Amino acid sequence: MIWRIEIKHKSGIVDPLAGAVLKTAVELGVRPVEAVETVGVFLIQGELSADAARRIGRELLTDPVTQECVCSVDGKRHAAASGKKHRVAEIAYHPGVMDPVEQSTMKGIRDLGYAQVEAVRTARRYFLFGDISDKELDVIVNKVLANKLIQQVVPEDFKMISLTAGAPLKDFRLAHIDLLNADDRELTALSGRGHLFLNLTEMRAIRAHFKNLGRDPTDCELETIAQTWSEHCFHKTFRGDINFAWKVNGKVRRKKIKNLLKSTIVRATQTINKSWCVSVFHDNAGVIEFDDDMNVCFKVETHNHPSALEPFGGANTGVGGVIRDILGTGLGAKPVCSTDVFCFAPPETDFASLPAGTLHPKRVMKGVVSGVRDYGNKMGIPTVNGAICFDPLYLGNPLVYCGTVGILPKDKVFKKVGAGDCVVVVGGRTGRDGIHGATFSSGELTAESETVSSGAVQIGDPIQEKKVLDGLLKARDMNLYTAVTDCGAGGLSSAVGEMGQELGARIDLDLVPLKYQGLNYEEIWISESQERMVLSVPRRHVKRLVEVFAGENVEAAVIGEFSGNGRLELFFQGRAVCVLDMKFLHTGHPKMTKEAVWALPKCKEPKLPPKPDLNQALVKALAHLNVCSKEWVVRQYDHEVQGGSVVKPFCGPACDGPSDAAVITPRLGSYQGIAIANGIHPAYGKIDPYAMAASCVDEALRQVVAVGGDPQRTALLDNFCWGNPDKPERLGGLVRCAQGCADTAIGYGAPFISGKDSLYNEYGQGNQTIAIPGTILISAIGIVPDVRRTVTMDLKAAGNLLYVVGMTRDEMGGSIYFDTLGVLGSSVPGVAAKLGVKIFAVLHQAMQTGLVRSCHDCSDGGLAVALAEMAFAGGMGVSARLERVPYQGAGRREDFILFSESNTRFVVEIEPEQQRAFETILRGLPYGLVGRVEAEARLAVYGFKDTALINSNIRDLKEAWQKPLRW
Amino acid sequence: MANKKLPRKKVKALVLRSAGTNCDQETAFAFQRFGVSVELAHINLLVKGGIKLADYHILAIPGGFTYGDDIESGRVLANELRVYLADSLRDFIRRRKLIIGICNGFQILVKAGILPGADSVVAQDKSFIQTATLTNNNSGKFEDRWVHLRVSGRSVWTEGLPGQVFFPVAHAEGKFIPINDRVARELKQNQQIVFRYCSPDGINPVYPQDPNGSYEHIAGITDATGHVLGLMPHPERHFLFTQHPFWTRLDKKSEFGDGAKIFENGVNYARVNI
Repeated sequence: MIWRIEIKHKSGIVDPLAGAVLKTAVELGVRPVEAVETVGVFLIQGELSADAARRIGRELLTDPVTQECVCSVDGKRHAAASGKKHRVAEIAYHPGVMDPVEQSTMKGIRDLGYAQVEAVRTARRYFLFGDISDKELDVIVNKVLANKLIQQVVPEDFKMISLTAGAPLKDFRLAHIDLLNADDRELTALSGRGHLFLNLTEMRAIRAHFKNLGRDPTDCELETIAQTWSEHCFHKTFRGDINFAWKVNGKVRRKKIKNLLKSTIVRATQTINKSWCVSVFHDNAGVIEFDDDMNVCFKVETHNHPSALEPFGGANTGVGGVIRDILGTGLGAKPVCSTDVFCFAPPETDFASLPAGTLHPKRVMKGVVSGVRDYGNKMGIPTVNGAICFDPLYLGNPLVYCGTVGILPKDKVFKKVGAGDCVVVVGGRTGRDGIHGATFSSGELTAESETVSSGAVQIGDPIQEKKVLDGLLKARDMNLYTAVTDCGAGGLSSAVGEMGQELGARIDLDLVPLKYQGLNYEEIWISESQERMVLSVPRRHVKRLVEVFAGENVEAAVIGEFSGNGRLELFFQGRAVCVLDMKFLHTGHPKMTKEAVWALPKCKEPKLPPKPDLNQALVKALAHLNVCSKEWVVRQYDHEVQGGSVVKPFCGPACDGPSDAAVITPRLGSYQGIAIANGIHPAYGKIDPYAMAASCVDEALRQVVAVGGDPQRTALLDNFCWGNPDKPERLGGLVRCAQGCADTAIGYGAPFISGKDSLYNEYGQGNQTIAIPGTILISAIGIVPDVRRTVTMDLKAAGNLLYVVGMTRDEMGGSIYFDTLGVLGSSVPGVAAKLGVKIFAVLHQAMQTGLVRSCHDCSDGGLAVALAEMAFAGGMGVSARLERVPYQGAGRREDFILFSESNTRFVVEIEPEQQRAFETILRGLPYGLVGRVEAEARLAVYGFKDTALINSNIRDLKEAWQKPLRW
Repeated sequence: MANKKLPRKKVKALVLRSAGTNCDQETAFAFQRFGVSVELAHINLLVKGGIKLADYHILAIPGGFTYGDDIESGRVLANELRVYLADSLRDFIRRRKLIIGICNGFQILVKAGILPGADSVVAQDKSFIQTATLTNNNSGKFEDRWVHLRVSGRSVWTEGLPGQVFFPVAHAEGKFIPINDRVARELKQNQQIVFRYCSPDGINPVYPQDPNGSYEHIAGITDATGHVLGLMPHPERHFLFTQHPFWTRLDKKSEFGDGAKIFENGVNYARVNI
């Protein structure tokens, strides 16, 4: 018996969903939609009386104040409240797609005493009022109401017979792949057909291995190898050899790079050799020392490909994934804050210009922000910092970086699986979700991937993960397990494969708890169902561990053991379906050499008008999408949960000034903190990826310094998002970028502790591909010795002095100013780390002694934007003179000094009484007393000839800055 | 109360957790700072009898997204309280013990019918009946922002607070609506409205000063006894001075923020009177 319960809002009650649908429909230009009503639908299967169904409707599903409900058992739908002309669309998830509401509703019904409930499904019904054609309805359904990768329109006459997804698996057949007899062409075809994304060299190596064994592989074995060797899991490009040829002064030079990662990023960390680096590059996150008892760890991941197809689900599971990385670091860390950085095409992109199969960037952005909000807020992890960059080249491949910081006791940093330990999977159940995620993210997207790879798209269940977190930390503190890792890309195959690398593992796939029946052995093994962790548990602790998780309503199931025989052995219904040598799996990958070439792109400095209107120029810079306020996004994130917030995303008396870095105290009751910041500059990379990397390192560090973080105790994360590395010129840029990271990190003595790469970010269209601009995100985590000494960027008091610290040069290439003039230029900012180190150290010292009242770093939009932001954040005015700005340059152009994006520069506010003290410690460094804070709320900047170049009311400047993304 | 010598009784508080609770640790921290012995316990433990509500002086239901706020905010946990713990809750309230529900905790108290909770309902031993709700913000979205609150009414929790306080809100469903005029009237008559959103200078707010469009700008209420407090803003997030959004502009007078007094009040009252 299936009950249908429809819930709708009483008249006069605001329905935000209906409002949002209407707004988006209007934005899409579907004019005839005049009004929208929505109805929630619950389908409930089980032997329930009419009284029971009505009680469930009344007491569980309906709010008595705002809603009303109707129950029916014959599947009857109810009409719209108004008789006006309208269309109806009922949207439901595809069977098997995660809908957390179903779980909670089942629980709620059982709590009411109806244990006989068997299944629940939900749907949403939309009444769209107006004279809407079939075509227009189709547009609304596909562009607003549903994503066909995960949802479907339920026909009005459709009658549900059963809600239970899946059917028992009949006639299980073990499939072997005919590999031994395959020639090269067939090998390539096999890789393509199976979505393995393995190249010919790799397929040959596999064939050779099985030739030695004298048998063909099973599908499951081949799949396991493909997962393990995928770019996503194995980082073939960064770990392989590269023949690098680059051009300097017209001459080509060549070099063989053995392992790009080790020869750049890892080498930097080894050279810097900081004693406070506890665990770098080998665990799920990098770990550094925090205080006497605790370490902190930090990881940033990308989730680009899934977010391109299903922005909400992609970002949602991206956040969930990086949180699991933290839970899987050491013996499990507690997540304390998150940071999220996105790159999108501009939201005003013309609908007509969208390549087939891509979603509109505004829809992508809204979906991504909602996905992050949903997961982060529900997990109770504050999202404290982030950035958003816009560039048309992100149209096919938006970038979604998700980062999380965790804290863990010093005695829980290292893990070691014991022979004979049980393999225990905890958390969500396994379904067909996300099959082929790991291999899928290792290939380019095409319009086809919308259909071919749809299994790779998922929705997360943050509450499931929160329960896992609560149970895991409890079990950790009771020492109930010896090792833990997360189930991410590749699912159990990669988690078990990684944990059992030394010892081997024997898994009984029938023991894995399933969401629904019918999965075969291979699906169970590679499914990427979210919210699962794998633990190794000594046999004597299993019972207690299961109880601890049960106390949080989390399932924990023993699925096998770490055997000690060095083999990966999988069984299904009593038969061996996979027997692989762990050694081959992890070290059998054929060494591959890729080709990389590099020459600086031919960028030129533009000819500029001699006398631009600088008031206008400032307004344009402030309104630039990469500069303007992201408050619409940030307010939707809970950035204060856990109570550690010290420097919030927004500061100043109106809580709307853009803070440089976030500061939190991860331990309540202690005043020691951490600062989190990000540096990202895709435009610089178009000129020179080396300079981009250097600038990003500088930016991340200087933001940490700007709030009071200790530059000598700051660690870095690298995160490369690049196009197809099999194309030599793309790989050449990547090499340059990695070198820039390494050199600058060494220059600053700031070690990398973890990193990640996402390659193949290209979108195929016919014979052409659109590649993203090679993008690096550098994230920084710095220790703040005492958060009571932290500094914010809002101006504090009229009469205070304003200094510029650091050297301004004619470095305009890739700048916001040039972009507003429609040019890229070539003079990309460089980094002088020798000087930079001193500036950071001195400024940190000044903050520690309490000299600094406010401080803001100069980055996008340069000095002009920095001064404007400080002024309107503090609600105060500024008068400043350009001749006082430390400057080295031939041009002496006033607009360059205002808008140059030279690195390692700060604007600093000092009380007049502290002038001597401040200038004493700055001795020998480039600094200038450029002006002062004024009570009158105007920004006035005077040029070389004493003329006011800028003279604007700060309210107008703030409005220009806030308006563009005030959605 | 300041001059009264306080007995040395150890106050015990239960901070209730469930799937999706996420402000439990900072809420516990706030009570612990005033010397309370705090138990962070999952509802499963209460339901199965592993611990007894009667053993505590204070029940705190912290913020979060219990059960994902699926169906609607607080609904599933509110039903669990009604179905499994109605008797012990009624007894707890009858003994004039203290309850505080913050954000999701407030939503749960309202949806379980514990707030506004007419005194008569408790006395006649009827089951809890929901007579108000907290529903979608007018803005239609989750927002984290700081709000000014005018303090009024009568509650042991709010005694001695200044006329206006500053707390953050972080919710999508905070719009308070009473089910009918009678409930609205009683709220006012019994002085149950203790926090109202206001503008920075204490007068009638506009959006976003009132972040959700609540009836009468209500941000927090108590039951008729003043012992059960529910509020959408987070006092535990303005417990310390450094949590203030622009503390770097202010003269520091205390290590505490506006919210600390609420917890101190609860603890002091429990120590003397329960």
